[in-house]
Amino acid sequence: MKNIHNHPNYWAFIMHRLSGLALAAFLPVHLYVLGLALADSSAFDDFISWSNTPLLKFLETGLVVFLSAHLTGGVRLLALEFLEWRDWQNSMVALSCGISICAGLVFFLNAT
Amino acid sequence: MSNDLINVSIWRGGEDGEYQTYQVPRLESQTVLDVVTYIQRELDPSLSYRFACRVGVCGSCAMTVNGKARWTCRTHVSKVAEGGQLTLDPLNSMPRVKDLVVDMETFFNKWADAKGSFKGDKTRDDALAYISPDDPKRKISSAGIECIGCGACYATCDVIKWNPDYLGPAALNRAWTLVNDERDVTGLERLAAVAGDNGCLGCHSQQGCVERCPKSLNPTGAIAGLKRETIKAVLKGELS
Ligand code: SF4
Ligand code: SF4
Ligand code: FES
Repeated sequence: MKNIHNHPNYWAFIMHRLSGLALAAFLPVHLYVLGLALADSSAFDDFISWSNTPLLKFLETGLVVFLSAHLTGGVRLLALEFLEWRDWQNSMVALSCGISICAGLVFFLNAT
Repeated sequence: MSNDLINVSIWRGGEDGEYQTYQVPRLESQTVLDVVTYIQRELDPSLSYRFACRVGVCGSCAMTVNGKARWTCRTHVSKVAEGGQLTLDPLNSMPRVKDLVVDMETFFNKWADAKGSFKGDKTRDDALAYISPDDPKRKISSAGIECIGCGACYATCDVIKWNPDYLGPAALNRAWTLVNDERDVTGLERLAAVAGDNGCLGCHSQQGCVERCPKSLNPTGAIAGLKRETIKAVLKGELS
């Protein structure tokens, strides 16, 4: 792609946006399900068994990757903007990417 | 297509216009500016474009070359003409005047808005300021001082596309070199001018400007520095 946007820091920006939006959308669902556990424990158990399907596990893995990407990406931005500039800052994109993929893998292997 | 011809599509007109295509003989060590000059001299004298120094000093020759902002006098055709094709547009984010010429007035006015000029408090009777080249602040300042004002960073920045009032990487980089100039007395007045959403806090650190700066400057790093100074000043209660 010969595009002005095709560089690691831009992809990091897009990932941060997308994961932020996805997590924001997920949060109400998360709180609602937790609320179920208090209000109606059989509905909660139903939900948990429904969420035990492989598809859901796969989606949850995605969520874990997003969470971890948002976290490490956020730390990356803080380091970028609050520490003196270091030339290794480009490696932080790769580092944040790597940590997120590892987190996803660990979750997925544990879940299956 | 023959190997010794380049197919060049150039934007003709202002905001409204269309591409016109020319065939230009391929030469060794030819730059994109050489190609444009050949077209204007040999094929179509009505073509408008800007250049002055031809050696990467003046910053007047930047255009969009195959989608990316570049200084054309120091961009070799061999590096950018994929499959013998060159597509030339004026720089993005600046009003188009004609063909490859854009109106850079807003771009330069923003340097003034960012308090981009030096203000000292010494007279010719005072002793010269002694600043060692190894002084840490001097080093920071020196790192950003070689900007040629070409506008490649500005034309690439997404934030300017979203918020036309954003001061932009070049003006903010300039402000940062002066913030680190011990002889300058503008101080908080400059910081106030470059803080806020139209200033350093608007930057998303995507670093498109760093990717595209032909002088390999780091406007994102400069803007991060301004962000830190802004926050320090807010914490000290000097800025609100
Ligand atoms: S890093 Fe900031 S100034 Fe540079 S292109 Fe991105 S948003 Fe614009
Ligand atoms: S910072 Fe770089 S890209 Fe921007 S105007 Fe200066 S020389 Fe050109
Ligand atoms: S003509 Fe002066 S920088 Fe290209």
